[in-house]
Amino acid sequence: MLTIKNLHASINGTPILKGINLEINPGEVHAVMGPNGAGKSTLSSILAGRDDYEITDGEVIYQGQDLLELEPEERAWAGIFLSFQYPVEIPGVKNIYLLKAAVNTIREHRGLPELKAGEFLKLVRDKLKVMQMDEAFLHRNVNEGFSGGEKKRNEILQMQLLEPTLALLDETDSGLDVDALRVVGEGINRMRAPERSVLLVTHYQRLLDIVKPDFVHVLADGRIVRSGDFSLAQRLEKEGYEGIEAA
Amino acid sequence: MSNEDIDQLVDQEYKYGFVTDIESDTLPPGLNEDVIREISTRKNEPEWLLEWRLAAYEKWLALTPPEWPHLEYPPIDFQAISYFSAPKKQGDGPKSLDEVDPALLETYNKLGIPLEEQKLLAGVAVDAVFDSVSVVTTFKEKLHEAGVVFCPLSEAVHSHPELVKQYLGTVVPPADNYYACLNSAVFSDGSFVYIPKGVRCPMELSTYFRINQQNTGQFERTLIIADEGAYVSYLEGCTAPQRDENQLHAAVVELVTMDDAEIKYSTVQNWFAGDDEGKGGIYNFVTKRGECRGDRSKISWTQLETGSAITWKYPSCVLKGADSVGEFYSVAVAGKKQQADTGTKMIHIGPRTRSTIISKGISTARGQNAYRGLVKVLPGATDARNFTQCDSLLIGDQCGAHTFPYVEAQEPSAQLEHEATTSKVSDDQLFYLRTRGMSEEDALNMVVNGFCKEVFQKLPMEFAVEAEALLGITLEGAVG
Repeated sequence: MLTIKNLHASINGTPILKGINLEINPGEVHAVMGPNGAGKSTLSSILAGRDDYEITDGEVIYQGQDLLELEPEERAWAGIFLSFQYPVEIPGVKNIYLLKAAVNTIREHRGLPELKAGEFLKLVRDKLKVMQMDEAFLHRNVNEGFSGGEKKRNEILQMQLLEPTLALLDETDSGLDVDALRVVGEGINRMRAPERSVLLVTHYQRLLDIVKPDFVHVLADGRIVRSGDFSLAQRLEKEGYEGIEAA
Repeated sequence: MSNEDIDQLVDQEYKYGFVTDIESDTLPPGLNEDVIREISTRKNEPEWLLEWRLAAYEKWLALTPPEWPHLEYPPIDFQAISYFSAPKKQGDGPKSLDEVDPALLETYNKLGIPLEEQKLLAGVAVDAVFDSVSVVTTFKEKLHEAGVVFCPLSEAVHSHPELVKQYLGTVVPPADNYYACLNSAVFSDGSFVYIPKGVRCPMELSTYFRINQQNTGQFERTLIIADEGAYVSYLEGCTAPQRDENQLHAAVVELVTMDDAEIKYSTVQNWFAGDDEGKGGIYNFVTKRGECRGDRSKISWTQLETGSAITWKYPSCVLKGADSVGEFYSVAVAGKKQQADTGTKMIHIGPRTRSTIISKGISTARGQNAYRGLVKVLPGATDARNFTQCDSLLIGDQCGAHTFPYVEAQEPSAQLEHEATTSKVSDDQLFYLRTRGMSEEDALNMVVNGFCKEVFQKLPMEFAVEAEALLGITLEGAVG
């Protein structure tokens, strides 16, 4: 589904990614872990189409097409979704307005009929229940005044509505208390499907205890230095990144 | 050429202009007493109105243009302007839509304006059979039944002289300011509205529905009176860019509310803004003021300003009646090389008077947007209250936002609040929305409409929808 080959990227001339290689097949959940500043968020941002970065080498193939050629919205239409580490506030725009616009834009590009207000409301209410969110959320401005946990729930709510083929989850566990972590983790688990893949960027193991990844990669200084199964995450938790990098 | 030569030239053409040339009903450029007399004669005005114009002209000669606005433009040659142009006959404008600027037509199409209306807006001569005519007729009958007077000011001078004489120039006195004074001397036409006691106007009044709307000219003058307990919502302008050959516009709008009356005045201004260098755009110098004369009366201004090369405009409220309320809700956009210096004045005179100011300025490209507001509380306006919020939104890094709030409180019991913010449409916001499938333009529109929401909510429903569409078109190409 996704093939990253020798990806090099820099920002303002400073290299951040120094040759990433990664293969994600349909239905797989990959966790990318690593110390702060390793380039984890850069990787997910580049895959979603952020243009602050200069791609200096390598390629990314998504479902047979050159992903780096696509605009962010074209990637969304093609099934890529990014859950932001820091979801952005849009003052004056109601959450429900954004959600409905997003769902219908993406449906349009997938050749599906537009959801009418009633149909959409039914759908969003089901998803709210899953995320244990109050309906009042829909009528608040996008992320404005949301607590950290509310913002992350809102991201996963969007993921559930948009039904991506490849979900990029950037530090989705940061800022969550234990209960919220469980709700968000289970929300992600519900989305696991044979045709859907997940790339989960995280600093800690705690989310991985709920969302068990098929593969774990350690990213350090712009390169994947180790790959393995879930046990690698457990080792990391015990020995820390320095131990792994040195090994 | 010396001034004397110019005067001679003007005089010459002046005689020729309206004595022999019947084809063209436009006065040659130039301004003097004779021109004013001629305007008044042509409009068949009563003597008192001519005297009123002449007195204004005399005062105007002694005034100088204001220099305090945050605007830059070359001095205006007032002798180069023609001050009278009768409504155009068929054949003056473009003969068909084929002759109209394709860019203008594209905008009409984007706004979804029907073909016949497009012709009207672009100044194409329209056939006698026009759908709106019947609409207008029904509309007039309904208003007549309610006792509402809604007609061109030039008509009201004859049909309701006592009302016009009683109210004209009482809110904006002729010598109020340079441009209002010029308007008083040479005003062309405009709307007159009178809502009798206790009448709630059965529909929203719009200039769009007034048959004689075309070519009211560059010196429009409007007078709206809501008598005791009356209510009217008045919509000015049209959401499509209008063809207009006059560069200088100096309009005056006067509103009067008596006890328990309310006037809601909404404007969507979208005149030609000029090209990217600001060439050819309209200079819009407007004086709009409402006076809450009666107790518990209310005047509310809502405006969306997207057009003109220069906008100089401060719709204001004079709160005389006890417990009267003034409101100002504004979205002003300055893009290209547009300059906007706009805001409001709230003058608190009566006790317990309240005012609200919500101003949203959007600057893009090389636009310069200034908010200028005055809140004045006079002695005796006990427990007066004002809330002011001015927000500026910047798109790009070559534009500017400026805020000039003035407060003069002479009443210790007054409560005044002021909030101001300046923000930029961030790349983060646009990127966030694009990852949710919005195109870059849709993303920008969503952010900007969110910013304007508090103001758009105050517009009548249909107007608000069009305002959003118009804003979208105005901002096209602002990013990327």
